[in-house]
Amino acid sequence: MLDDFNFRVIMEYLPQFLIGLRSTFLISIVSIALALATGIIACACRISGIKIIKYPAIAYIEIIRSTPLLVQIYFLYFGLPTLGLRIPEIQTGIIALMLNSGAYIAEIIRAGINSVDEGQLEAGISSGLNYVQRMRFIILPQALGVTIPPLLGQNIVLVKDSALLSLISVMELTRCGQTMTSERFMPAEAFFTVAFFYMCIYFCLKAMADWSQRKLIFREAY
Amino acid sequence: MMAFYFSRLVEIYPFFLKGLLMTSKIAFISLISCTLIGFVLGIARSSNNLILKRVVGVYVAFVRGTPFVVQIFIIFFILPEWGLQLEAFPAALLAMAIMGSAFICEIVAGGINSIPKGQWEAATSSGLTLIQQLRLVIVPQAMKVILPPLVGQYVLLIKDTSVVSVIGVMELTRVGWVTVVRIPEGLMVFSLVGVLYFSISYPLILLSNYLERRMAVQ
Repeated sequence: MLDDFNFRVIMEYLPQFLIGLRSTFLISIVSIALALATGIIACACRISGIKIIKYPAIAYIEIIRSTPLLVQIYFLYFGLPTLGLRIPEIQTGIIALMLNSGAYIAEIIRAGINSVDEGQLEAGISSGLNYVQRMRFIILPQALGVTIPPLLGQNIVLVKDSALLSLISVMELTRCGQTMTSERFMPAEAFFTVAFFYMCIYFCLKAMADWSQRKLIFREAY
Repeated sequence: MMAFYFSRLVEIYPFFLKGLLMTSKIAFISLISCTLIGFVLGIARSSNNLILKRVVGVYVAFVRGTPFVVQIFIIFFILPEWGLQLEAFPAALLAMAIMGSAFICEIVAGGINSIPKGQWEAATSSGLTLIQQLRLVIVPQAMKVILPPLVGQYVLLIKDTSVVSVIGVMELTRVGWVTVVRIPEGLMVFSLVGVLYFSISYPLILLSNYLERRMAVQ
């Protein structure tokens, strides 16, 4: 099956793959940072009692979670130019990833905050702490341990999702595989190499997520 | 111009419904096959047979470690090289089944592993065969843990069907992609596509939330 697997061509294309890998890396890191910021803001709006910011946040989260990322990417890719916004594909892609992951991250953070026992909140109120202090000293330190493992899981999802940017011709890892396929017609070599690189990223991130799962989950001492 | 494009869009609306039908067809077939394969694999993964466990583990790692687009490309472009010609539609179903079953396998294995050992021992000492143990004792209890994330996974799988548009299956996303070439109003066209996706996946999200609350109470 794989006896005519051509390693020479892979070596020839290796520099290109490494550029693609770097590009995937950069896109992921920038998107993760932006998504985290978006998620924190969206979650803060979502759990605040103020209706005028709460409902838009709910709408944002639910709309993003119930439509596919690819549709969101196309929506921005084909939609922004009609609004007169002409930005490079790579920025469109990063915005799409940011909005998509932001909604999931908002839900992860909200689950973390909800996981803190009601009694803790009441104890905080009766100690005379105000809202910010309760968040800062009681809720967030406990929520953080529950939040970090799924956040790292979301990073894995985001890195894999960034492969979809190849469809709007962002030059990243998957796109390199596509170029190699169209130039040399060697889909097996191209896509197995791409898969190999993604596996490497996956195992690094997975090891990190598993480690945090063991270390950080807040365990109550019963 | 807006109004003109809007009336064009209304004109070709049936085309979108056809796409929705195709999406539902792919989603329906692949959800069923994913669940069946996923359960079998999940039971194998939580078994005591080390070899079986490892083999399934490697399969799951490969599927979870690579993006779904790459998997589709591998199936669609590489299988013909090995002499297996597949049309776009069966290739899409195959890709969905492979991807979805790996995720469902992990959920099922997690659920089965959450059952205390004593239940297995009790079932064994009651003289039940392995199949009976699973069917009568273990799986019904594990279902409480499995069901909420399973429905959540269904939502993800339905959304992932959009990716099979890359190999030319005429489903909802592909319809939007084809339409936007003729009606250059990206916001309008893909809002419509988004609304149609929303109409199938949002009920499932609500169901998943409901199950999560209900199972947590018990």
